[in-house]
Amino acid sequence: MPISSDAGPMPLISVTDLDVRFGSDDEIVHAVRGVSFNVAEGETFGLVGESGSGKSTVLRAMSGLNADWTGTIEIGGTRLGRVRGKPFYKRVQMVFQDPYGSLHPRHTVDRILSEPCQIHGMSDIDNRVREVLIAVGLGPTFRFRYPHQLSGGQRQRVAIARALILEPEILLLDEPTSALDVSVQAEILNLLQRLKQERGLTFVLVSHDLAVVAHMCDRLAVMNAGRIVEELTIAQLRASEPAEAYTRQLLKASLGYDRSAAAGMESFD
Amino acid sequence: MSGANGGKDGALLTVEDLSVRFHTRTGIVDAVRNISFSVGREKVGIVGESGSGKTMTGRSVLRLIRPPGEITAKRMEFDGQDLLKLSEKQMRDIRGDRISMVMQDPKYSLNPVMTIGEQIAEAYRVHTGASSRDAKTRAVEMLAAVKIRDPERVLSLYPHEVSGGMGQRIMIAMMLIPDPDLMIADEPTSALDVTVQMQVLAIIDDLVTKRGMGLMFVSHDLNLVASFCDRVIIMYAGQIVETCKASELDQAQHPYTRGLLNSLPRLDREPGPLPVLERQESWKTEPGVDAYFK
Ligand SMILES: Nc1ncnc2c1ncn2[C@@H]1O[C@H](COP(=O)(O)OP(=O)(O)OP(=O)(O)O)[C@@H](O)[C@H]1O
Ligand SMILES: Nc1ncnc2c1ncn2[C@@H]1O[C@H](COP(=O)(O)OP(=O)(O)OP(=O)(O)O)[C@@H](O)[C@H]1O
Ligand SMILES: [Mg+2]
Ligand SMILES: [Mg+2]
Repeated sequence: MPISSDAGPMPLISVTDLDVRFGSDDEIVHAVRGVSFNVAEGETFGLVGESGSGKSTVLRAMSGLNADWTGTIEIGGTRLGRVRGKPFYKRVQMVFQDPYGSLHPRHTVDRILSEPCQIHGMSDIDNRVREVLIAVGLGPTFRFRYPHQLSGGQRQRVAIARALILEPEILLLDEPTSALDVSVQAEILNLLQRLKQERGLTFVLVSHDLAVVAHMCDRLAVMNAGRIVEELTIAQLRASEPAEAYTRQLLKASLGYDRSAAAGMESFD
Repeated sequence: MSGANGGKDGALLTVEDLSVRFHTRTGIVDAVRNISFSVGREKVGIVGESGSGKTMTGRSVLRLIRPPGEITAKRMEFDGQDLLKLSEKQMRDIRGDRISMVMQDPKYSLNPVMTIGEQIAEAYRVHTGASSRDAKTRAVEMLAAVKIRDPERVLSLYPHEVSGGMGQRIMIAMMLIPDPDLMIADEPTSALDVTVQMQVLAIIDDLVTKRGMGLMFVSHDLNLVASFCDRVIIMYAGQIVETCKASELDQAQHPYTRGLLNSLPRLDREPGPLPVLERQESWKTEPGVDAYFK
């Protein structure tokens, strides 16, 4: 395996100096500012940070949904361009923050899952749809339903199935369980862990729930106002050892409500 | 804040045998089934899985269930008045003034064709009779209080131009204007990140502890409810299966409540498959666990 400059094995994903701006001259939002991180093959890397800190924007730039960025994004040592072709989407798939908005309301589950296969000229589509539904724990009775006939958890399973059906190596997951209640969240997190083990997938997971990140990830980066303020391992997070005050505040707030802690909350921008 | 306590034991709201059912083409849906509870000048959390009836319970108190939904109750008393016997006009007065509700989907409840500033200022003017200049100043203050950055700019936005988390904070700001006796907050902070959530909850907390407001706090975040509320009501399939002190939620007895608690990933627990809920048919018929009133 080739060796990169920092002597570890070559990362599967490498993001360097990523910058994303929205808007034009007078009203520019500088949403992502010089973000760099590496993710090894088979790793789950977490991105946390408060609302608006730029987490989804990083994922969207990685997945090619937003072409307006600067910096470098490499997958398996290959530098990605602004516009991604089919081979990219065969390797990298994204599951979106909003399970309601991301499924076409007038397409059946069958069509939602078959279409990406047709686009990629895959064979044996019928079997693939059947198998992926089993993999995400949805029986054949769900195959011809429309999104409005599914619960929130079932919809999120369909969204995951749609990402998996192309057999990608990398899943970019944007708050995959934040719209779900805790028991359904547990089912989806278990499902993701199992699929990862079975298929050797690599995940980048965005979440504002530190417990979810600790449960799923190996390492995480904390974002604030478009920058990564700190990168740490889950062991460091569990041991409450963040170096940055911002991360310590995030950790404290995620342990539950505390009136005196609320009074001491600071703004870090 | 007006009014003496009408209900028994200093309760602000006393609900007895409340049911909500929907008559649909495919049959009757029992969304809420014969529940009884009371809320004093305290924070009462209502938790339970999706579809368990939390929202319908909150909306029933304000009689905000649309047909084909139907509310029945033996009693639904707020500060000495039976809410079920009030006229629609009397109910409207109560809604705007004495009981506020923060809806689960804030963007639906804002008027899409009015700016945020116009809506807050109007709510404030209607309630206090203030001049429009004062109303605007107050609106800016209210948005700043719920930690909205650049409140002047946000006042000029329309509802579709604000994020989910901003929408929730705007709704909370508006609901605070009338200085209500009872606030029903349905997942009011689910789109907020943890630090902002904590600050917004502190505002609500102060209204309860300093001004004696009562709060019904609907949420599926068990850790949050355990740390924020005084008491918790746990709902399953339209029923109350358990009630307990919030600080003792981690010792809850009912297998359903235990199942919900166990399914949470925790910072202090090593990863491994999370236990998932195994629902039992008998939970719908067995009597619940009431740790609070014992
Ligand atoms: N299409 C867009 N046009 C203009 N501004 C945008 C756009 N998308 C994102 N932004 C801005 O970029 C910043 C980062 O947004 P982003 O959605 O990445 O945040 P996030 O960390 O994912 O937040 P959340 O936790 O709320 O999902 C925000 O200030 C947001 O308003
Ligand atoms: N208009 C309607 N017609 C038929 N059934 C309905 C209607 N509105 C709600 N219900 C049903 O009533 C039950 C309770 O719904 P409710 O919205 O109170 O759940 P909830 O506990 O608030 O869930 P969530 O956590 O998902 O918000 C659900 O089973 C729901 O499907
Ligand atoms: Mg996001
Ligand atoms: Mg609800």
